[in-house]
Amino acid sequence: MSASNMSDPTLLRGLTQRRFGRRDALRLSGLAGMGAALAACGVQGQGTQAPASAEPDAVAKFWAGKTKTGTLNFAGWPLYMDPKKPELKKFTAKTGIKVNYQEVIQEMGPWFAKVQPQLSAGQSIGFDLMVITNSFQFTQFRDSGFLAPLDHSKLPNFAKNAGAAYKKEAFDPGNAYSIPWASGMTGIAYDESKTGPITGLADLWNNPKLKGKVGMFSDIQELGNFGLLKAGVNPAESTEDDWEKAATELKKQKADGYVRNYYDQGYIDALGTGEVWATQAWSGDVFQKNLSDNRNFKFIIPEEGGTIWTDNFTIPITAKSPVDAIMAMDFFYEVANASTLAEYINYVCPVPAAQADMRSRAAKLTGDDKEALLAVADSKLVFPTAAEYAKLHYYVAFEATSEQQKFQKTFEPIVLG
Amino acid sequence: MNRVKRQIAPYLLVLPGGIWLLIFFAVPMVAMLSLSLQEGDIVHGYQFTGHWQTYTEAISAYQTQIYRSLIYGAITTIVLIAMAFPIAFWIAFYGGRRKSTYLFLVLLPFFVSFVLRTISWRQILTDEGPLLSPLRDAGLIGQSFHILGTPFAVIGGLVYNFLPFMVLPIYVALERIDPRVVEAARDLYANPITTFRRVIFPLALPGVFAGVLMTFVPASSDFVNSEVLGSSDTTMIGQVIQAQFLDNSDYPTASALSFVLMLVLLIGVFTYARILGTEDVMKVAAR
Repeated sequence: MSASNMSDPTLLRGLTQRRFGRRDALRLSGLAGMGAALAACGVQGQGTQAPASAEPDAVAKFWAGKTKTGTLNFAGWPLYMDPKKPELKKFTAKTGIKVNYQEVIQEMGPWFAKVQPQLSAGQSIGFDLMVITNSFQFTQFRDSGFLAPLDHSKLPNFAKNAGAAYKKEAFDPGNAYSIPWASGMTGIAYDESKTGPITGLADLWNNPKLKGKVGMFSDIQELGNFGLLKAGVNPAESTEDDWEKAATELKKQKADGYVRNYYDQGYIDALGTGEVWATQAWSGDVFQKNLSDNRNFKFIIPEEGGTIWTDNFTIPITAKSPVDAIMAMDFFYEVANASTLAEYINYVCPVPAAQADMRSRAAKLTGDDKEALLAVADSKLVFPTAAEYAKLHYYVAFEATSEQQKFQKTFEPIVLG
Repeated sequence: MNRVKRQIAPYLLVLPGGIWLLIFFAVPMVAMLSLSLQEGDIVHGYQFTGHWQTYTEAISAYQTQIYRSLIYGAITTIVLIAMAFPIAFWIAFYGGRRKSTYLFLVLLPFFVSFVLRTISWRQILTDEGPLLSPLRDAGLIGQSFHILGTPFAVIGGLVYNFLPFMVLPIYVALERIDPRVVEAARDLYANPITTFRRVIFPLALPGVFAGVLMTFVPASSDFVNSEVLGSSDTTMIGQVIQAQFLDNSDYPTASALSFVLMLVLLIGVFTYARILGTEDVMKVAAR
């Protein structure tokens, strides 16, 4: 039994956090029901649908009278920043803003369930800045009016340094509410010593060596994406009919006995212990696993295509220190800061110039340090080339929650068995 | 004056528990019942419409998982009785001066987090782990043989995690048996098997009954063991409820399923109590 596997925080967080979230949901409904008749205890939504892109006067209205407070409460994810937090120390030294960085977000669903009641009631969630994924919940946050519209005049470094792809994202046109923290790819990770070469999704469906040894994601969106790509459909442009086709593909894969299980973060452990030999995977995890356990797992973007997702800086509408928050957002778009962050987390860096910065820093180093930094700078997982970007697709974009529910119901039976 | 005080006292005593029950059980129950009858979505909010069809839809969509959970719960409980009885019996009658030590040993795993303990079983049972690797190398099992992801692993995890909840109540019941009753049985020429069957086991029944309540209900609604040790073929209803609440924000379906599960378990428990004749059992327990 390996100690490092046992205490894998990513697996633990998936299990422990969910229970916490569920309790919170119950508490919310409990409070809502106190002293009220059955009919009175509805779960409050915002009712009004915020426009997909913020109107100019919405920006002016939100930012009017907002000033720097000197403290910033920042909600992030585990393993998403060097534990010594060099960038935040630098930020404090530069701006005088004290940063309270908490690794409180572990899954999007529970996080939304946790902060939704406070945001609905117009109360502070205790954070001025949060990093959220462009999943179902991003749309839920945006459409509920929970995100502050960004004042781009306060984001000069983003304008100057962000890669072109990050300025035209389908889930948030014109970066009205968000700018990227880091991106990642969903592709296939595999243990080449057991599987031999693997090139694409077809292997996960009918390479006889992989029978019973394939891992897929339990996340409905990720699973659905692979089904769609296998069916030859671009997820971002898929229709309800395509979803059915994709579900048929996935059911066949399961019925043929290829799928060992559907995993959350635990997939990387399952790959490590040999439970699966090839699995749907997130790019940065594979890099970190190889580094920490000294393994040599391969990661590929399938021939049929993979997906790209983005974790984004957003400011909750009830933030107490939005000015401090937007200053921090822009700070991470200074090339030097983007470069050190990407060096540690190994996910796709939204600042292309960080690659040159890494190379120039590497030139001043020697030995292993130099090699390690150059490896990051040359990694296609951190700085994908145009050829890689061409194979990457965005997630299915849902226009309404009812569409998302339909998508969920289409793929859910595959995972829940 | 004294008489008034004496009349009020029981109510005062029941107050803390009563308030606790009201705030943390009754109120959430009402709220959840309401939630299960609402329609809408998380963005626009849920409104009460008395939409009871959510129940029929949820039952038809997830009946497989409901049955599966009840079957896993029942098997777990039966295995637990078979395992816990000898342990409790041995501690109660042969534990001697070290009884407390042995009980402490039964409870010891509780000092480690439930989730962590279950995850460590994952490490032991995994395909290339310390158990299966040597067996496979020795050619005793096939290349594709595995334990994780099977019902065996999930039920094994449930048994492991709930064992103390069965041992303790049975132990308490056995511990209270007056040794003179057993001696009397022997004096009347009952052999050990008859003594056990006619004297010890009936006296231990209240403990078994309590143990069944304490294990069958949580084991049937458990959502950790199947998540960690199982696969999509072993999905239990607890996982479905959790997924509906947290991943899908479908609060009505989740609430409806919770109520269905509660109802099914309550019916099960009452039927069980009826068949076993709880009143007699309770009388024995109260002696």
